[in-house]
Amino acid sequence: MRGIIAWGTYLPFRRLDRADIGKVLGRSGGRGSRTVASFDEDPTTMAVEAARSAMRTTPASPDLVLFCSVNPAYADRTNATAIHAALRLGDTAIAADLGLSTRSAVAGVLLASCGHGTTLVTAADIRVGLAGSAEEASGGDAASALIIGDESPDTPVLAEIMGTASRTAEFIDRWRTPGDTHSKIWDEKFSGVTLVPLAVAALTDACAAADITPAELIAVAVSAPTARMAKTVGGKLGVAHVVDDFAAVVGQCGAAQPGLMLAHLIEQASPGDVVALVSACDGADAVVFRVTDAAAGHDGAPTVAAQAAGGAPISYGRFLAWRGTIAVDPPRRPEPQRVSSTAAARNTDWKYGFVASVDEQTGAVHLPPLRVSADGERTDAMTVRPMADIGATIATFTVDHVAYSPSPPIVFAVVDFDGGGRLPVELCDCDADEVKIGARVEMTFRRLHAIDGMPNYFWKARLARG
Amino acid sequence: MASHGIKDQIAIIGVGCTRFVEHWDAGLDDLIITAADAAYASAGIDKADVDAYWFGTAQGGMSGITMARPLQLQNKPVTRVENYCATGSEALRQAAYAVASGAYDVAMALGAEKTKDSGFQGLNAAPPPNDGTARSLTAAAMYSMVAPAYCEKFGVDAADMRHAMARVAEKNHHNGARNPLAQFQREVSIDTVCASPKVAGDLGVYDCAGVADGAAAVIICRAEDAHKYCDNPLYIKALSFVAGNGSGLTDPDYDYTTFPEIAACAQDAYTQAGITDPSASIAMAEVHDCFTVTELVLMEDLGFSERGTAWKDMLDGRFDLEGEVAVNPDGGLKSFGHPVGASGLRMVYEAWLQLRGKAPDERRVAAAHRDPAKTLALTHNLGGYPGEMVSFIAIVGTELG
Repeated sequence: MRGIIAWGTYLPFRRLDRADIGKVLGRSGGRGSRTVASFDEDPTTMAVEAARSAMRTTPASPDLVLFCSVNPAYADRTNATAIHAALRLGDTAIAADLGLSTRSAVAGVLLASCGHGTTLVTAADIRVGLAGSAEEASGGDAASALIIGDESPDTPVLAEIMGTASRTAEFIDRWRTPGDTHSKIWDEKFSGVTLVPLAVAALTDACAAADITPAELIAVAVSAPTARMAKTVGGKLGVAHVVDDFAAVVGQCGAAQPGLMLAHLIEQASPGDVVALVSACDGADAVVFRVTDAAAGHDGAPTVAAQAAGGAPISYGRFLAWRGTIAVDPPRRPEPQRVSSTAAARNTDWKYGFVASVDEQTGAVHLPPLRVSADGERTDAMTVRPMADIGATIATFTVDHVAYSPSPPIVFAVVDFDGGGRLPVELCDCDADEVKIGARVEMTFRRLHAIDGMPNYFWKARLARG
Repeated sequence: MASHGIKDQIAIIGVGCTRFVEHWDAGLDDLIITAADAAYASAGIDKADVDAYWFGTAQGGMSGITMARPLQLQNKPVTRVENYCATGSEALRQAAYAVASGAYDVAMALGAEKTKDSGFQGLNAAPPPNDGTARSLTAAAMYSMVAPAYCEKFGVDAADMRHAMARVAEKNHHNGARNPLAQFQREVSIDTVCASPKVAGDLGVYDCAGVADGAAAVIICRAEDAHKYCDNPLYIKALSFVAGNGSGLTDPDYDYTTFPEIAACAQDAYTQAGITDPSASIAMAEVHDCFTVTELVLMEDLGFSERGTAWKDMLDGRFDLEGEVAVNPDGGLKSFGHPVGASGLRMVYEAWLQLRGKAPDERRVAAAHRDPAKTLALTHNLGGYPGEMVSFIAIVGTELG
């Protein structure tokens, strides 16, 4: 049996109230909210967070990592290698990028379903539109991670893949020139009319492949390039229940949308349920799953619904600054230098994997890792300890109003890790007045800045919000 | 600590110092020339009489050529040194050892920094190429974590601590207002300090040292040669240095209420100088008041105050010009300004004036005059941050033995 053995999703912390857009621009505002990636996140960091969330629930170690985003950090070189490094996967594992379209994310699932071994399919997007555009208001930022593999005693399949089917059609409903920050939309009515028969056909064929009738589907999740298209398609599939797509509070999350919808579909299903994902995008893809009995006892990652209910607001002005739509006066401090590629390559375990060294004799934990013991007596008498999933407590903290940051001020804390180790580290996803000595924090993979086109990835701490 | 010291082997025979300020009309070369010429004149010697040079600059230039070119030194050995904010002090330390060794008869230590050509606020170090994981906090932010920790550990009311920190600024500006070479020759009130805009944590603009351009120089010879040049030289009693191993940043036991590197450095300096009670024999101390809170903690690490009491001693006036130990009688980094490579030698300049009775009456260190036993001055630099710093201490005095 082959299917999903783990999944994780990531919704960034901030929420933009759509009504705020109208207030600032002097026009009627929308309803609901959308998710907003922080200034220090990009599709790679968000994919890492979703993948970490998935991997905490399974002992499986992927031998193939796929990554898909419409706006990846890099062209020409692979983005998935940073995800591979942050997850500390073995160097024999393949890490590769899928193309710059939402459909590639679905293709990743289809490829994994008919392949072998254990595949991690990640997808992430930050949706940007011109100020006041429908795309800006209805887009959302998110990441998804699905681990697909064969049933084993340690890795039970939680959602068996029963059948898949696809249709492909060449028509332009939206487009983006590589390098542009946002997409353009043709005509949503035309798109809906064109996509519906493709989606119906794909779902019908997938059900046939799964040897069921569409009427047996307990629930269907629909992903489409816009919330409106998804609504149109979902209404025409003739199925009993189409699950919520969180358009009201999250938005349409581009390449992350199919994985996000699939995760939610499984999260709200019961063991034995037969469900389907329908992605209507440049054609249509349908995948029929059966949720297994193993899912009943599965201690899963934080659900989409739980994450959608969390978060905290961000002003439209700060949102525009974070996306680079408006330029904000920086602190009168020098910008950081670009990262040394060679230095970073030597320190991959620390920079990406957040691996400390532990003194074999004293047990002292060193972040960053030391080769010589703190008493100067012993060289290379250390073991390694991955620290990314170890919680920590704030020993003291401060707010720096002057230091360079893409979004000042910097909230900074000295944190002590459970079981040893201390790191002075930047905090993220918090307001200064929320921070207290003794507060619990967890580590998160972030993009500190990007100079000369090179993102500088490293870890920050965020308040543990339960 | 296996440090032998060179007590009484080296004499200071001349000093020079520019004003520390934004020298918009003077470059590094000009500052070097001004300080060097003042030092030659002070010692009553010519350029050719100085056998070797140690040049301290944190970011002013590379190599001894940065000094040799503006001064047009003729085939002289010039060593550029850098050791964070203790750079100028390090130049003196190396020059002293070279002369004590007998390699040279007369040497100059000169520190210079041009901080105000960058267009940025504060001091800005350009790190070598790296993996991008180092923190990018300002020094103010790192030091801003000290006061809350101190209050917590010693049960000091936050308002009392705030007041004591403001008192440091008030005192140093009081002294600087009486110093024609200081950057800020203006007194500030405690209310002004407390109300200044926040830079980091509870540290406001007036809790931070001034950033200035400037240069200072010291000329030394072996003690036995001193009277060839000078009737009343200063003798070096101790030179100590500790480079921290950074353990405070990673050790959960470090509590941000003390600077262990300073305490170790002080112990070594006092041992070299034969001092058992620093407050009894030291008339004045020039210390590294990069932030007001730093000076409070230094009073304890240098042994002038018991742990947890420096804030009270500061409020009681123990470190005023009239106090038991005058601290930063020239205004300190706070009011005199902080051109990184020059600051350590500026401190020696003030010791030279005060211990030899040449400081103007309005900022005269009372203890040096009323107490014949107080013939010593201490100068102290640190560089870096709580948890990861370098520390330098010199002790100089007017008498041999």
